[in-house]
Amino acid sequence: MMTPLDFASMPDFGLTWLQASGPDCDIVLSTRVRIARNLQGYPFSGRAKPTDRTAILTTVREVLDRTSPVTEAVYVEIDRLEPRERQLLLERHLVSRELLGRESGDPPSFAALVNSAQEPVGLMINEEDHLRLQSLTSGFSPHETWRFVDTLDEELGSQLPYAFHHEFGHLTSCPTNCGTGLRASVLIHLPGLVLTKEINKVLQGISQVGLTFRGLYGEGSEVVGNLFQVSNQTTLGKSEEDLIDHLQKIVGQVIEYERQARAVLVRDAPSVIEDKVWRAYGLLRHARALGFDEMMNLLSGVRLGLSLKLLPALSVYVLNRIMIFAQNAHLEQAVAGALSGSELDIQRANYVRSALAEAEAIDR
Amino acid sequence: MLCDNCGKNEAEVHLTQIVDNEMTTVHLCPSCAADKGLDTGSTKNLPLTDFLAQMGQAALAEEEREVAGPCSYCHTTVDDFRRTGRLGCPHCYSVYESQLRAILRRIHGSTYHLGKVYVPPASEAADRAARLAGLRRKLQRAIEAEDFERAAVIRDQIRELEATIDA
Repeated sequence: MMTPLDFASMPDFGLTWLQASGPDCDIVLSTRVRIARNLQGYPFSGRAKPTDRTAILTTVREVLDRTSPVTEAVYVEIDRLEPRERQLLLERHLVSRELLGRESGDPPSFAALVNSAQEPVGLMINEEDHLRLQSLTSGFSPHETWRFVDTLDEELGSQLPYAFHHEFGHLTSCPTNCGTGLRASVLIHLPGLVLTKEINKVLQGISQVGLTFRGLYGEGSEVVGNLFQVSNQTTLGKSEEDLIDHLQKIVGQVIEYERQARAVLVRDAPSVIEDKVWRAYGLLRHARALGFDEMMNLLSGVRLGLSLKLLPALSVYVLNRIMIFAQNAHLEQAVAGALSGSELDIQRANYVRSALAEAEAIDR
Repeated sequence: MLCDNCGKNEAEVHLTQIVDNEMTTVHLCPSCAADKGLDTGSTKNLPLTDFLAQMGQAALAEEEREVAGPCSYCHTTVDDFRRTGRLGCPHCYSVYESQLRAILRRIHGSTYHLGKVYVPPASEAADRAARLAGLRRKLQRAIEAEDFERAAVIRDQIRELEATIDA
């Protein structure tokens, strides 16, 4: 059964990964896998007419009820949402900018998001490709995350005719995605490597082995709060398992380097690190106005302190939650109104103060 | 954000370079970027598009430009692809096959899909089986009607189809 999205009754929609339950979740925030698929007999999204887009949406919707991972799901048509609600989905990393269309214009028609109510898996319909199947999980778990997407793909592919080429594999709007259509990425926190100035060496290294990195919000976004999105660069010429294995292996090494860098920091400059962590905590706990980037950088210090057990029992979950709920659209949603730049910074500081105060109270 | 160079125009080109393990990022307006020899083309903010476009041009130089396109199904031309970095429909992959092979090799280092083999819902095997069943019914009717000339033709068709299945 398809349930419409209602943020009032589902305030935590799509946020199960925040719980920080996965492997290495003190360093890797989340793992995402997506695959691109297109239906035979229709032009790709860039050339699709409204009639094509409705036909695609209808065809896909018809089979969803028979597709086990999404028989119980939340179904959202993008143009039915308020602008702020669309932004909420983006801030939760549930939809791409592409699915939402240009910020200035009207939202695209017949674009939809489906999210399973049972498992961390879903799909975008009429994105850059007709279908983008995706899964987002807590911590560092590429194989598990891939299996969610794989299962959904098998189910959908047995009912829908995908555009598939004997040599090139799955055909996609952009040739950078063709073949497996698979992009696996991890959101990883690397303050140790940044502070020890080893980060460029590591980033250079990963780009030499077929991986690439981006900022928090994907392609073209800047790195804030020492958070990097590392993903595979190529999609053709390797099997899905090999692509996932490779990411697992290389990111596993990066995690190892990060732990070593942290150990060096604690060994060589314990008081400097402790001071940095507590200053970050103090600012977050007491500041009256916080910009987003400033908050992200302070959260990075606190996250590091937590992982090094320098701070009293705060949880990674609390920090993950702040990272999502102290974004602009989330702050506006909380006060049910539009906020100016300086009002946002004040509201953000209020939110962070009370979230940390609450965590302290629970600790006592 | 203003251009790091002239400080007057809005920066639209963000260039990150790693030199001797030092990462630097400069933010430039399109005209300063052009002065520095950074060709951003008309599709600003889409570095991938430029990248693809350049590769498309390189690949096309190797081929006779007039040979391919536009796509008979979606009418996407080589210029459309070069401008947007996007193909118009699955059929474009056949129309521009040789150019794409060169592009795919440069992006992915390979042109061969080694991932899961996709079997469409109405598979060819199922189609053949259905056709075979239909022909057998026709043969039965021809024999019943004592139309042996026709039956022989149908029998040959069945043998042909069975042979493709065995192969």
